[in-house]
Amino acid sequence: MSSFLFWVFALMTLIFGAAVVINRNPVASALSLVVSFLGLAALFMSLNAYFVGIIQVLVYAGAVMVLFLFIIMLLNLQAEERRRINWLAAAGGIAVAVILLIEIFLTIGRFEAARQTFPSLSESTTDDVRSIGAALFRNYNLPFQIVGVLVLVATIGVVLLSKREPR
Amino acid sequence: MVTLGDYLLVSGILFSIGFAGVMLRRNLIIILMSLELMLNAANLSLVAFSRFRVDSSGLPNYNAQVFVFFIITVAAAEVAVGLAILVALYRVRQTTDVKDIRQLRF
Amino acid sequence: MNSLLPWIVLLAPLVSAAVITLFTRRWKMLSSSISIAAVLVSFICSCFIFAHGTQGAAEFMWISISGVFQVPLGLTLDQLSRTMAVLVSGVGAAIHIYSLGYMRDDEGKARYFAALSLFMFAMLGIVLANNFVMLFIFWELVGFTSYVLIGHWFYRDAAADAANKAFITTRIGDFGFMIGILMLWMATGSVVFTEVAPQMSTLTGHPMFLTVVALLIFCGAIGKSAQFPLHVWLPDAMEGPTPISALIHAATMVAAGVYMLVRVAFIIQGSQTALLVIAWIGTITAVMAALIATQQNDIKRILAYSTLSQLGYMVMAVGLASNDAAMFHLFTHAFFKALLFLAAGSVIVMLHHEQNIWQMGGLSRKLPITFITFVVGALALIGCPPFSGFFSKDAILALAYERNTPIFAVALFTAFLTAFYVIRMLVIVFFGRPRSDIARNSRESPPVMTVPLIALALLATFGGFSFFARKFLALPVEREVAIVVPALAIVALIAGTGLAIALYGNRATEPLKDLELVRHKFYFDEFYNWLIYWTQELLAPVSAFVDRWIIDACAVGGSSRGTWGIGALLRLVQVGNLQGYVFVFGLGVVAVIYFAVFR
Repeated sequence: MSSFLFWVFALMTLIFGAAVVINRNPVASALSLVVSFLGLAALFMSLNAYFVGIIQVLVYAGAVMVLFLFIIMLLNLQAEERRRINWLAAAGGIAVAVILLIEIFLTIGRFEAARQTFPSLSESTTDDVRSIGAALFRNYNLPFQIVGVLVLVATIGVVLLSKREPR
Repeated sequence: MVTLGDYLLVSGILFSIGFAGVMLRRNLIIILMSLELMLNAANLSLVAFSRFRVDSSGLPNYNAQVFVFFIITVAAAEVAVGLAILVALYRVRQTTDVKDIRQLRF
Repeated sequence: MNSLLPWIVLLAPLVSAAVITLFTRRWKMLSSSISIAAVLVSFICSCFIFAHGTQGAAEFMWISISGVFQVPLGLTLDQLSRTMAVLVSGVGAAIHIYSLGYMRDDEGKARYFAALSLFMFAMLGIVLANNFVMLFIFWELVGFTSYVLIGHWFYRDAAADAANKAFITTRIGDFGFMIGILMLWMATGSVVFTEVAPQMSTLTGHPMFLTVVALLIFCGAIGKSAQFPLHVWLPDAMEGPTPISALIHAATMVAAGVYMLVRVAFIIQGSQTALLVIAWIGTITAVMAALIATQQNDIKRILAYSTLSQLGYMVMAVGLASNDAAMFHLFTHAFFKALLFLAAGSVIVMLHHEQNIWQMGGLSRKLPITFITFVVGALALIGCPPFSGFFSKDAILALAYERNTPIFAVALFTAFLTAFYVIRMLVIVFFGRPRSDIARNSRESPPVMTVPLIALALLATFGGFSFFARKFLALPVEREVAIVVPALAIVALIAGTGLAIALYGNRATEPLKDLELVRHKFYFDEFYNWLIYWTQELLAPVSAFVDRWIIDACAVGGSSRGTWGIGALLRLVQVGNLQGYVFVFGLGVVAVIYFAVFR
């Protein structure tokens, strides 16, 4: 059962991820990306990473993609019209991506641990929020504070960047 | 049963898709979204490994998930700043086409 | 104390030169006194060493690359060096005192005495050095100080040019000398005289090498002692003050070459070819200089060419493998030539620096002491018995008669010429009627100049007798060649004298008109000028090419343009196309994964 669900959500993620890249309309791309994120969240849940899955939905799908859509609407971006495709550049790009993919396949193929299934956990409902929080505030306290400063700086940067030129 | 390799495979394919998107699309917004795809592929891989490494007390290794937490945070900040820059660029150039911003050439 | 005495001999003039140059340039009397005091100290110390036979001197190691190259700073005190030290410092002392009078009114007196002291230091260094490198260093220093002294009146073009000519010409000889020293060091591993001498046996197995080394070392003597073909600097060096001509060109510097040849006799005598070459060069120099002297009109030039000629005799003696005869002639020549130069200087100064003999005449009555001493010197020079020159020249002639008849014939002819031109000079300058007002109104020199003249005249008279000379030198062995040689010599002498008196007695101008070749010194200077001109003409385009194309275009232009070009190439990477950059990133990632995982 879980195997079937895994493949469903995996395919959902992948197909809508491809849709992001292929779509000409930016709004369609953004919405495809949202669905892709939801699929990813489901995959996180299947890995017993509940906290991360919820955060994925809340932050990524909820805040980041909303921001994307805001900007698309603000700039009133239209669907791209068809244009001449530079076949050489396209071929080069696709080639590199394909080679990367092949290399990833081969690497995973060599990796023995990849054939193993996941070991079982002690409790089925793990309170990972508490564990992650403990790890975060005990072991990674300094990076946590720094990331806080980073977000502050990003905020200030965004405010500065979006100021209009004084008339 | 689902193996670790399956998750890694999904992550790899997702990463390649994102990379192709960055290389091939001309619209800056789509490029930024493809970047997000790549980041998420990495997140998936990390969480898979976190679940795979179960320590003696039966709990997954949460260090990777803490890492994912940070990645998400930083990605959000990055997207905010990136889109702000894009808006500022759009105001000046009236375009989001990446081929039109080639001033930094010799 | 005894081991320091030789160092005092050497270093006293150096201290004097340093003090004068650094501190007392403004006070001329003080400077001259310091210089004279220093040379007298050297003279007294060297007499002391000579009398007491001090054997050792402290030696310092200067350069020491162990096993490969060691150059000590040491002094050698065998009989040859001791004698030369006494000679050099003694004649030097006389010249210093004489210079007080001659340079009385000169502006650059302090500079003159400083240079003179430095010259004494360098010359004593040559005769006291115990190894080739030290000898060479002092050799060069002597060349430099003689440059300074010849060009003392540097504001005169002729003097400046003459100084240059002297330095450059001797430098050419020194180049050969240096190569010879290097070859010798290569073969024997040492530069110290006493260490090289025992190794001669290893070298005699390679006659060609030994000949080349001997001839290269002889090059130094060719330059310094003004042998053919590097003789051109000596006559022009008469532009310097007359005491300098006396010191350098009569008594010391030119004799340095002969001294050096005697020092390295153990090398030269190992090669018959080298000896023959040396003997013939000496002979050619002697006869050529004597021929040129017969047509000169400047009193100092005549004496200069006679120096050349006598040096030729000394070198001839070395080439005939008798160091003793060469040193004996050097010894006597030092006295009578210095005497002649100083007497000529007395004449010149009393005639207000007039040097043309055809402006003189009848000075025997006006400058009596000078006249008498000059006659003594002249008779010694032409080899008239019983003066010193007779004994030493006779020794050389006997040697030539015994060993090499063609050389003897030429040497005899040269003796005839010597008598001819010396008596010519004597007759024109001192006899007859005065030919100009300056000559008419002259009078005798002050004692500060005449006393050294008298001292040297005494030495010139008695210096040849064996009871005197034996104390200083190893005299050449008396030869049983019968009376032939001295008889022929005296015949040549009388013939030359007679011819000169017949031609030049009571003349107002030069009677021999057509000897252009001789009068122009066999056109040597013109030939050298032409040679240098053509060498420059050939080299100039080559250097221009190298400078313009290789240095400017390739090296300077090449490096700048090359850098610019590489920069331009690298700039092509900055395409400004974002997706192009990403593409390259991707390639890099693919490559890294490949090399990390699959290799």
